[in-house]
Amino acid sequence: MESLRVLSPGGYTTVQDMGRIGYQEMGIPVTGVLDKFAPVFANLLVGNPENHAVLEITVIGPVLEVLSPIDVAVTGANIGITVNDRPMLEWQSIRLEKGDILSIQQVKQGCRAYLAVNGGIDVPKVMGSYSTYTGGRLGGFLGRILEKGDVLKSKDAKLLDKLRLVPEKMIPDYLSDKIIRAIPGPQDIFFDKGLELFFKSKFLVTPKANRMGYRLQGPCIEIRKGMPKSIVSESSMPGSVQIPADGQPIILLVEQTVGGYMKIATIISSDIPKVAQSIPGDTLRFEKIDLKTAHLLCNEQQNKIEQIKKLFD
Amino acid sequence: MKAGLFDKTKYCIAGDRGLLAEYGEGIDQDVNRKVRTMAKSMKENRPKGVVEIIPTYRSLLVVYIPGLTNPYILENFMGQLEERIQGESIPPSKIIEIQVCYGKEYGPDIENVARTNNITIDDVIKIHSESEYLIYMVGFTPGFPFLGGLSEKLFTPRLETPRLKVPKGSVGIANNQTGVYPIESPGGWQLIGKTPLNLFDPDRSNPLLYQAGDKIKFTPITEREFEEISKKETL
Repeated sequence: MESLRVLSPGGYTTVQDMGRIGYQEMGIPVTGVLDKFAPVFANLLVGNPENHAVLEITVIGPVLEVLSPIDVAVTGANIGITVNDRPMLEWQSIRLEKGDILSIQQVKQGCRAYLAVNGGIDVPKVMGSYSTYTGGRLGGFLGRILEKGDVLKSKDAKLLDKLRLVPEKMIPDYLSDKIIRAIPGPQDIFFDKGLELFFKSKFLVTPKANRMGYRLQGPCIEIRKGMPKSIVSESSMPGSVQIPADGQPIILLVEQTVGGYMKIATIISSDIPKVAQSIPGDTLRFEKIDLKTAHLLCNEQQNKIEQIKKLFD
Repeated sequence: MKAGLFDKTKYCIAGDRGLLAEYGEGIDQDVNRKVRTMAKSMKENRPKGVVEIIPTYRSLLVVYIPGLTNPYILENFMGQLEERIQGESIPPSKIIEIQVCYGKEYGPDIENVARTNNITIDDVIKIHSESEYLIYMVGFTPGFPFLGGLSEKLFTPRLETPRLKVPKGSVGIANNQTGVYPIESPGGWQLIGKTPLNLFDPDRSNPLLYQAGDKIKFTPITEREFEEISKKETL
């Protein structure tokens, strides 16, 4: 069913789900939502399973004309939304009628907001996923960012019986000075003093920050004397922190499959949303943690999701 | 560091979802064969909780879901698997023939390559199309094969200014490497020709015509053959 017409596409709006898993050996990056936490809430708020396709909105939001009665929810960055010029709240469900104009504004805190529609955005599944990979022009809405005039469909689904909202204490804050937890390695042995410096310095997010990677600026992280300046190209993970020859870290994200620089550390999966919600000018600090703690934190994040599911049941 | 197999596999933690197994140093056929043999056996005996098994030149990245497994279980499993596959041979490489129309607008940099190496354009075509190139790994963009075995008679530095758009199917050379672009992308390789084949098609049951471990053989074709194959490929 046709549900939304794009009147203005916003900064960089794409259809994403939880990622395209299992094709990295063909050079297909996982893509998917960059922040894997907020969109789960958006889906649950409109009665969807947690992995339905949503819109990922970057910095500037789209203006959308509603074509059928639908429930929507916006989560993630604090971005501001109006329906027919009337301000509405994020992190709760909103009933929309045919002809309504949903306008998503500009981020005040954070970087990416997520819009879920009941039933989920309906695009063809490509290699097991609805995610857009713009670099490969595949998946999502015609493999590209949304443009003016596009008409989005959603799958038929029941509208909600009553409004749903996420309790305030469960809404993450998107501070501009963030502590990002990371596990050293896989190539931490290439660094000695550099590793210490990495874990005690502040880094600025530069304008070169997108779904492929975030380039940071800070003190030069030097490679240990006598060690080579690069490695034979190998797979990277979302969250891998590469140190190229100039010593300025690059966080590799969901649109990258291989890299040839040493990875000093890997950001834990439950802290990648904090990177996804950083914008140029924000500062990041890295805190060293061990694998066991990281796995406990994964578990904790999953528990929060289960808690919300129970609340809406 | 010398290229070759390690006596003992090195396992590294790659965040809270990845385990990286390194089998050797450098770009080396034996190391790469071991990586691919392990990848194949891992896929045939996929342990619980493993979502991706990604072979590259000299290492294997295993991506898992925390809570379902952990690196200690996986390392143990992979160690046993490694012992079991000792001496096991993987199927011989498949040879994938890729037809290429060399020169002209298909390969605008072929003269550069000829001039740099003091040979004729015909020599470039002959030398480039007589070897079989091993695919060490696939990555960087969908289906991009990292090939080994380029003749040193064709080594040519990258373009000084990379192109913003390299057409899909372009065959190129960069230093000691050769490769083919399965999709349009930016790139700095010297382009010597173009294939009309759809190497990568996400809607096909087998999206990619080759995988790591296969060998690529480039076959020269005429412009007319290029047009004919192009027509068939877009049907």
